[in-house]
Amino acid sequence: MNAVPQRDAYDVVVIGAGPAGLAATASASAAGLSTLLLDENPGPGGQVWRAIASTPVTARDQLGADYWAGAELVGEVRASKAEIIHRATVWSLDRHLEIGISVGGASAFVKARRVILATGALERPFPIPGWTLPGVMTAGAAQTMLKSSALVPDGRTVIAGQGPLLWLLAAQILRLGGRIDRILDTTERKNYLAALPHAFAFVTSPYFMKGLAMMREVKAKVPVTTGVTELTAAGEGQLAGVSYVAGNRRETIPADLLLLHQGVVPNVNLAMAAGVEHRWDELQLCWSPVINGDGGTSIEGIAIAGDGAGIGGANAAVVRGRIAARAAIEALAPAAAAKLTPMTALKAALAQAERGRAFLDTLFRPARQFRIPADDTIVCRCEEVTAKDIVDAVAIGATGPNQLKAYRRTGMGPCQGRLCGLTVTELMAQARGKTPQEIGYYRLRAPVKPITLAELAAMPKTDDDVKAVVRG
Amino acid sequence: MTRLADAIIVGGGIHGCSTALHLALAGMKPVLIEKDYAGRHASGVNAGGVRQLARDVAEIPLSIRSMGIWERIEELLDDDCSFESHGQVLVAENETELAAYRARVAELNALGFTHEELIDGAELRRLVPAVADTCPGGVVSRRDGAANPAQTTTAFRRKAELLGATVREGVAASNVRREGDLWCVDVGADTYAAPVLVNAAGAWAGRIAASLGEPVPVETVAPMLMITSRVPHFIDPVVILRGRKLSFKQFKNGTVLIGGGHLATPDQDRNETVLDWKSLAVSARTVFELFPVMRDATIMRAWAGIEARTKDELPVLGPSARHAGLYHQFGFSLHGFQLGPGAGAVMAELIVNGGTQTRIGDLGIDRFRSFTS
Repeated sequence: MNAVPQRDAYDVVVIGAGPAGLAATASASAAGLSTLLLDENPGPGGQVWRAIASTPVTARDQLGADYWAGAELVGEVRASKAEIIHRATVWSLDRHLEIGISVGGASAFVKARRVILATGALERPFPIPGWTLPGVMTAGAAQTMLKSSALVPDGRTVIAGQGPLLWLLAAQILRLGGRIDRILDTTERKNYLAALPHAFAFVTSPYFMKGLAMMREVKAKVPVTTGVTELTAAGEGQLAGVSYVAGNRRETIPADLLLLHQGVVPNVNLAMAAGVEHRWDELQLCWSPVINGDGGTSIEGIAIAGDGAGIGGANAAVVRGRIAARAAIEALAPAAAAKLTPMTALKAALAQAERGRAFLDTLFRPARQFRIPADDTIVCRCEEVTAKDIVDAVAIGATGPNQLKAYRRTGMGPCQGRLCGLTVTELMAQARGKTPQEIGYYRLRAPVKPITLAELAAMPKTDDDVKAVVRG
Repeated sequence: MTRLADAIIVGGGIHGCSTALHLALAGMKPVLIEKDYAGRHASGVNAGGVRQLARDVAEIPLSIRSMGIWERIEELLDDDCSFESHGQVLVAENETELAAYRARVAELNALGFTHEELIDGAELRRLVPAVADTCPGGVVSRRDGAANPAQTTTAFRRKAELLGATVREGVAASNVRREGDLWCVDVGADTYAAPVLVNAAGAWAGRIAASLGEPVPVETVAPMLMITSRVPHFIDPVVILRGRKLSFKQFKNGTVLIGGGHLATPDQDRNETVLDWKSLAVSARTVFELFPVMRDATIMRAWAGIEARTKDELPVLGPSARHAGLYHQFGFSLHGFQLGPGAGAVMAELIVNGGTQTRIGDLGIDRFRSFTS
C-alpha cells in the first residue's frame, strides 16, 4: 500500500473500497487499466465489510457469512496491480475529473480518464425530540465500533427504528454478548399491505430466509414493541429514558444508550459537488444520481456504483461495480473488454441481486413523522436550527434549502448537510405544498470533507505566486 | 397575456432588488424578473464587504451615498442584514506599498474625500493585532464593515415586494424589445410592458445590452471564496491586501471568510463554476504567512459567484445612450455589493426625477461607444 499516489494521472480512479469499489478496482485492473483505489478507512471493506482485514471478531458466525464474503474480493484486489491508498480523503472532484486527495495531512491532485464513485450510503437522519443528547447514537456508529474494536453496549440499551440493518446490528450485538433491553419497531402497519404486491419477488430472493432467521434470533432474546408511532429521547444533558407511543400505550423506558436507525440513503455529497445531476427518489425518499444502465452520470467520465447510485445492498453493489468498470474498459481498452464477462451476464446478475429490493423499500419506507419533525425538534445539529425555525423562514419567503441560508445557517456547518439535508428538503416541501424535487437540495461545494488551511497552503505553487496582481 | 408595469427590472441581484425597492418607495409599481431566485449568483454569495476603501475615484461618490444607506439599513429594510461596522483595513506589506498608499490618501484628501486614513504600524496592530510584525502600516476606512450578502439581497427583495413591486423568480426574461413607447419582455407565457427597462442582469446583462445595440466590453467572471471552521475571535475589521490578492473577515460565529478575487472558471449557461484550487492555495498561503493564528484552521467550503467584469473594472450605471426609457446597472466588476443600496437609490432618481445629485458621470455606458462586439 502506498502513502501517496505514484502518478498524477490514471485510467481509472475508484473512490471508496466497499463492495462496489473493490469490484470495480478488481475488474479495471485485471483489464490492464492503470487503476487507483482511494479509501478513507484504515482498511478495505467499506461499511458492510468494515475492518474485514483487521477485525478482532474472529469467530466467523458472529458477524455472519455475508460479512466474510468480502474477504475473497479483498484478496483479488490486493493481488492486482491496482494502487490502493487507505486513509485517503477525497475532498474535491470536478467535471474535468480532477480529484483532490488528502493523505496524511498533505494534499495532492490526480487526474483520471474515468472516475467510478463508490461512496456508498449514509444513515438517514432520524430527527426525533432529544436526538442530539449524549447517549443517542446511530446504529451505524455502533456497528462501526463493533466491527473495528469488538465493542458492544453493556448499559441499558434501546434500539429504535426499522430496516434490515437494524436487525442485523441487533443480532451482531447479541452474538458478541452485548446488551439490548428493548427494540422499538417504527415500521408503519400500512406498509405491510403496501409491500404485499412485491412479496413474491422477496420470498424468492436471497434476503428472505436470512432476514427471517435473523429476526427470529433477535426476537428470542429481546422484547420487541411494534407499531411505534411516537418517539422521544429524554434526559437532562444525558439520555435518561426513551418515551414512545404504540397503539394506545405510552411508556417511558429508562435507558443509557439509544441506537437509532431508519435505513440508509445514497451518500451523494461528492457526486453533487462535482455537478452530477440528481433526482428525488419517491420510493426510497432520498436523492439519487441520474444514471444510465452502466452507472454513467450526467458528467462525461464519472460513473457511480453501489449504494451511492441508489440503495441496492452489498450483492448488487458488487455487480454494479463490475458493470461500471466494464463500461470504462470498453471505452479505454476495447480489446481487453472482449475477454471479460459479457455485459448482458452482468446485467442479469444485477437483476437477480436487486430482487426483493422493492419489497424492502416499501416495507421499510420510514414514516412521515420520523422524517419530518415539528416544533422545537432540532433539524440542523451544526447550527442548532429547529423545525419551527425553518417553517418560520418559509413563512417569510425562504423557498428552498439554498435560499434558507439567507435566514438560517442550515447546511453551512461542518457536516455539509449530511445530517439535515433530507430533513430540510422534506420539511420545506411540506411547508410549501411542493414536491421535494421542486424544493431541491443544498448546492454542495468542495472541500466535501474539511482540509486544513496549512494543508492547502502547502500545495504546489503556481505562476500566480510570482505575478502579483495589483487589484483588491 | 400582457401586464402593464411602471418599470421592468431584469435581474434579481442586490442591484435589481435595490432599484425595485427604491422605485416602490417613490410610488411606482415595478416588476422584477429573475431567472433563478434573488441573490442566486454573485449578490448572494460574495464576501459581503461593505467597503468605501480603495475604490476608484470615479465610484467614490456612489460608494459614499451607499454608505449612508447602509448605516440605516434596518430602518429601510426591517432587517439588520447582519451589517457590522468595524472598519476595513488595507494592509501595507512593505514600505513601498505604504508609500503608494500615502500618495493615494493625499490625492483623495485633495479631492475632498476623507474616508481613507493612513495608519502607522502601531495603529495597524491595534486594529489588527494578529497581523504579521513585518507590515509597516496601512489605510483604514473606519465606517466600513461587512454584511450577510444573501440576507441583504433577500431583505431588499422582500421589502420591495411588500411595498408593491412584483417579483417573478424562476423564469428568465426573454425577447426584450421595444413596442411603440413601451419596453416589452416575455416571462414564460406572460408579457410585461413598461415605459422603463432597467438592465441589472449581472453576468447576463452584457448580452441584453448588446442585443439592444449597446455592446460593452464585459466578461463573465467568478471570484472564489472559502470559509474556515470556527476559530477563537481574533479580528474585528475586514482586512484587504492589494499586492497579493486577499480579503479576510472573521464573523461573529468565529468562521473566517477568505477571498480576494482569484477566479474560478464560470459556466454561466449551466449556472456552474469550476473552482481553481491552485489559486485558492495561493490565498491559503497568504493567510498562512500573514496570520499565524490561522494555521490550524480548517477549510469548510469554497465557492464562486458568477458576475460581470468590464474592461475598465468600473460599473455601467445610468441611462442608455441610444434608447429612451432604458437604463443600465451592471458590470460591477467584483466590488458591487456595497454599491447596491446607493445604486438603486440613484437609479430611482434617474427614472423618477430624470437626474441625481450623486456624481456618476464617469460610469455611463457612452464611455464604451466606440466598442463593437
